[in-house]
Parts: sequence; structure tokens; C-alpha cells
Amino acid sequence: MGNLFKIAIRNLLRYKRRTLLTASLITIGVVFVLVFISVSGSFKNMMVGSITDSMLGHMQVHKKGYVASIENLPLNLNLKPEAITRLENILDNQPEITAYSPRIKFGGIFSNFVETTNIRLNGIYPDMELKSVPLLASRVIEGKKKLDKGGIWIPELLSKGMKVKVGDAIVVVATNKDGSVNGKQFIVTGVLESATGPGGRDGYIHIEDAMEVLRMEGMEISEVAVRLKDFGKLNTFSKKLDNLLSKELNKEGKPIFEVHTWENLSPFFNLARMIDVMTFFIKLMLVAIVLISIMNVMIMAVYERIREIGTIAAIGTLPGKILNMFVIEGFCLGIAGAVIGNIVGIALILILNMLKITFNFGQQQGLILQANVNPADIVAISATVIIVSVIASLQPAFKASRMEPIEALRHV
Amino acid sequence: MSLITAENIQKEYKTGEVTVKALKGLSFEIEPASFVSFVGPSGSGKTTLLNLIGCLDKPSDGKLTVAGTDILHLDRKESASFRGNNIGFIFQDFNLLPVLTVYENIEYPLLMVQSLPVAERNKRINALLEAVGMTEQRDKYPDQISGGQKQRVAVARALVTNPKLVLADEPTANLDHKTAYMVIELMKKMRDEFKTTFIFSTHDQKIVGEAEIIYTLEDGELKGKEVRVGKNNG
Repeated sequence: MGNLFKIAIRNLLRYKRRTLLTASLITIGVVFVLVFISVSGSFKNMMVGSITDSMLGHMQVHKKGYVASIENLPLNLNLKPEAITRLENILDNQPEITAYSPRIKFGGIFSNFVETTNIRLNGIYPDMELKSVPLLASRVIEGKKKLDKGGIWIPELLSKGMKVKVGDAIVVVATNKDGSVNGKQFIVTGVLESATGPGGRDGYIHIEDAMEVLRMEGMEISEVAVRLKDFGKLNTFSKKLDNLLSKELNKEGKPIFEVHTWENLSPFFNLARMIDVMTFFIKLMLVAIVLISIMNVMIMAVYERIREIGTIAAIGTLPGKILNMFVIEGFCLGIAGAVIGNIVGIALILILNMLKITFNFGQQQGLILQANVNPADIVAISATVIIVSVIASLQPAFKASRMEPIEALRHV
Repeated sequence: MSLITAENIQKEYKTGEVTVKALKGLSFEIEPASFVSFVGPSGSGKTTLLNLIGCLDKPSDGKLTVAGTDILHLDRKESASFRGNNIGFIFQDFNLLPVLTVYENIEYPLLMVQSLPVAERNKRINALLEAVGMTEQRDKYPDQISGGQKQRVAVARALVTNPKLVLADEPTANLDHKTAYMVIELMKKMRDEFKTTFIFSTHDQKIVGEAEIIYTLEDGELKGKEVRVGKNNG
């Protein structure tokens, strides 16, 4: 086998310019794919991280039917104390969960005593919330990063639009599920940077304040945001939790809970999927580049070496070895393209990171591009290039191995 | 026992609607360690006959036995294996592999066809390099040596597997007379040293004179056999 490699490499070096051109084409393809995957992947991960870690959490549990009406923030679909206890018992026993946070979500009227506007509010336990969505505190651009009872965090746009600053008193008025209207005065203790996606322009108050505004006699929960120890196990754990919660039935024998991952709750998931689709097509382009360039060069190689093929076949080289000889040539070209491509690609990604390129996402501005190279991507790209190189070599190699030596020797 | 037995072998080619009879019922026997030449004008069937003997092609009719094997019944893979183990080839255009050195060209059949231990392989190649006088050029590539030297390397490559038979189709056609004569002498020397049968085709009358048995072909038929007295070792 070593000799087949030696002959293959020497044959490649025999046509230096052609080999260089083909290897360069593969290299460019690999570099392009690697850089695209790392940049788009980093962008996607950053956005997913931003959404899950500052608003949604990795997944959420609601009362069955709540998400279908989530735009209305229905108070009559809140979880009741008994259901909350059952849910907490289950969540407390899941080792995959690092934190969870119960929320009361409702819509109300925000008044600065001069004018009013609408506001969506989350009643939270601050400690639990910050463990479940740890980037929430970093969105507080003015004021305290700790939410106390009687305080409210309001979104930046509301602060600017209503000319409300930290320390100002405001009033929140809301209608509870029975139709009773109630109001409560709050002090603005923080202004939140807006974020893209659902919940990105919500305000936050303490959960006990929310209960008071809504005149709840007992604890009622709209949703529970859940954070996992390992985000990579989201889908597996989601199925597990869904399975566990589906066994919790109400008096009518119907499931009490529903589980949704961030993917079901955020429209950004479609953008993430678009990035994945684009990545797939970029990879497909790489496959096409490798397939066409290697096949082209190998067809040329076979055509130019017909007499040599005739000679080696005549002196007794078995068809299988002739096939291997050409397949190994394609394999070596693929290896060369993949290795050089990976080296250049990684270097380019390092340079991109050193340049600290910034971009904007929704209201978030000046985000620094941090392209990461995933070793699994490098392995996958390299394997794709090498496998496609071998596949592309098969047809010309098969043709060479099936040549009649007598015909090949006659070739001029 | 004869090394080659041909009984009424015929070869036909079809070119479109026309059938060309290249060989018309040839019968002959060649003994081991012979030095045989097939002579005749272009189109007489020399190359076709050598291709049949070399298992590169099959007769349309008749029986051809080479080294005790009826070549008509060998499939593609068996033919290749048979050639690798029993037959050496010397080509008119030398046909050395340009990416391999002189040494590697001679080594090639041992690597691809026979699996010999490295020590045995080196011993055999060095002996042949010495025998054909190419030891000093062992690391040169084919484009760095002359035509005569290339043909010497081709002779060594043909002999390296210890074949029973070496076939040479017009081995001197691309060489000047002096070099051609040297190559024929080398082939004869190798025959004496390794007891290998050499069969070559030529239309050069001066070279023909060096053969010990001369078969004359004309229009696909065997027209004569001449045994040079005192030269036939077979």
C-alpha cells in the first residue's frame, strides 16, 4: 500500500500546476465553508444564548393551552397552587436542571401621571430569575441590578418614550382574571436594554407585587422558565420532561402541563434554521467543487496515462491495484486540500477574531464577532472532502482498471 | 516438454462490417531457454501472435498452451496473475514508468505482482542492475537516461520476476543499430544466465541474424522456420 501512495504522490507531483490548481480549488472551498460555519455558527450561538439567557430560559412549562394564547397573556390559564407544587416536585428531582423560575405574566397600563401606555410585565422571584436567565442583570443599563419589592425594571424604549428615569414613581394598573381593576405605585429601579424576540420589551416586578396588583389570593403561575446544566441536552431532556409531565393529569384526566423549548417560543428559531439551511447549501457547494474538480483531474490523469496503464496491466498488475492507484491519487488530493484548507481557514478565523469585527442584532449594537472553530466541524468537513474525493476518483479509476492492456498499449 | 504449444491458432478482428484474419492457423512449439525471433513485414501478424503468447489477447480458434496453461480459459484476473508470474515484457517504446527511478522501475513487478522479502528483492534487483550495467544509474529517472539504457532497464524489469518467458515486440525499433545489437546481446546473455526463453519480433534483418530460431510470418501465416546451427540451446 505504501508503494501505491508513493506512486500516487509522484504522479500528482508530475503535473504540478494541475495538482496545485485542483488542490487550491478544494482549499478555497474548505476555507470558505470553515469560515462561514464558524462565523454563522458563532452568530447563531450568540443570538440563541442572548435569547435563552436573558429572557426565555432554555425551556418553559405552562398550563396546557397557555402557549396557544400567549399573546393575550391569559390570567385564567395560570397554574394553581396544587399544580405548582406537583410541578416543583418534579423539577426539583431532575439532575439536568440547574435552575428554574416561576413567573406571573400579565399586561397592564403604565402611567407616569402625565400620560399612559401599555406594558407587559413579568412578576418574578429575582434570585430564581437571575439563576434561570443569568444575562437579565446585564441588560440593566441604568439603576440597580437587584430587583426589590416595590421596584420595577422598565424597558429602555418605554423609559425614553415616557421620559421616565430611575427613581421616578410610576403606576401600573391591571385587570385581574375576574375583571377587577387595580393599581399600584412602583419606583423605577432599573432600565432594561431592549432585546430581540418575545419578552425583549417586557418590564419586571417582584412576584409578590404582581400578586398584589392582580389581587391573587393564592400563588398562581403563568410559566416556569427552566435552565439546564447542558444546553446540548435540550432536546433529550425536553422529551424526558414532557414524558414525566404528561403523566400529571387533572380531574378530567387530561394533562395539566405543556413543555416548550426556546425553539417553539421564539421566532428567531426560524432564523437559526435558515442559517442551518444556508450552511447545508454551502457544504453542498463544497461537495460539488470537490466532486467536479477531482473527477476532472482524474479523468485527465487516466486519459494521459493510458499507455502506462497498459504497461502495468501487461506486466501483471491486478485490476484492483490499478483501481487503488488512481483512487489513492484522488484521496491524496483530497487530503492535501482538506489539510491546507483547514490550516488557512483556522488562520483566517483567528485573524477575524483579532480584528474584533462588530455587528448589530436588533436593538443590540456593537456585538463583537467571536468566530469559533468547532473541532467536530473540522473533522466533518475534512471527512466530507476526503470521502467525496475518493468517490470522484472511483469512476476514472474503475475505467483505468477495466482497460484492456492490448488496447491501452496501442494508444498513441 | 515444450514451453509454448500452438495448435492451429487463428485470430480474427472485426472492423465494422469487415472481418480481418490476422492469424490463419499457426502451429508451432517453442522449447524452454530458446532465443526465438518472429520476422515478417508490417501487418504479417507478429504483434498479434506475441499478444496471444503473452496472454494479452485470446485466439479466435485453436489451442495455445503457455508454460502448461491453456490461456484460452483464463479470465481477466487470472491472465494478469499468470502474466505477472510467468511472462516478462519488453516494449518497443521501453514503457518505463516516468515517476519511478531505474531501481524502482525494476522493483515495480516485485512489489505489485510478487511479494518478496525486502532483502531478497534488493538482492535480485542489484544482481540485475549489475547484469545490465545500470548500477550507476539506479537512482536516475527514465528521462535522465538514453534510449539504450532505458531498454536495458526494461530487460531487467522483464527478468526480475524470474519469468519462464520474455516477450519483446520490436525491442530495437527505436534504437540505433549499435545500441540495438547491444540490447540483443544483452537479452541473449540474460537467456544464458537465467535460462529464460526470449521471443522477439523484428523486421531488422541484421538483428534477426542473432536469433537461434527464426519463424517467418507472412499475411498471418507461418511461412518458414529456420534453426541456426550451433545457436539453439533449446
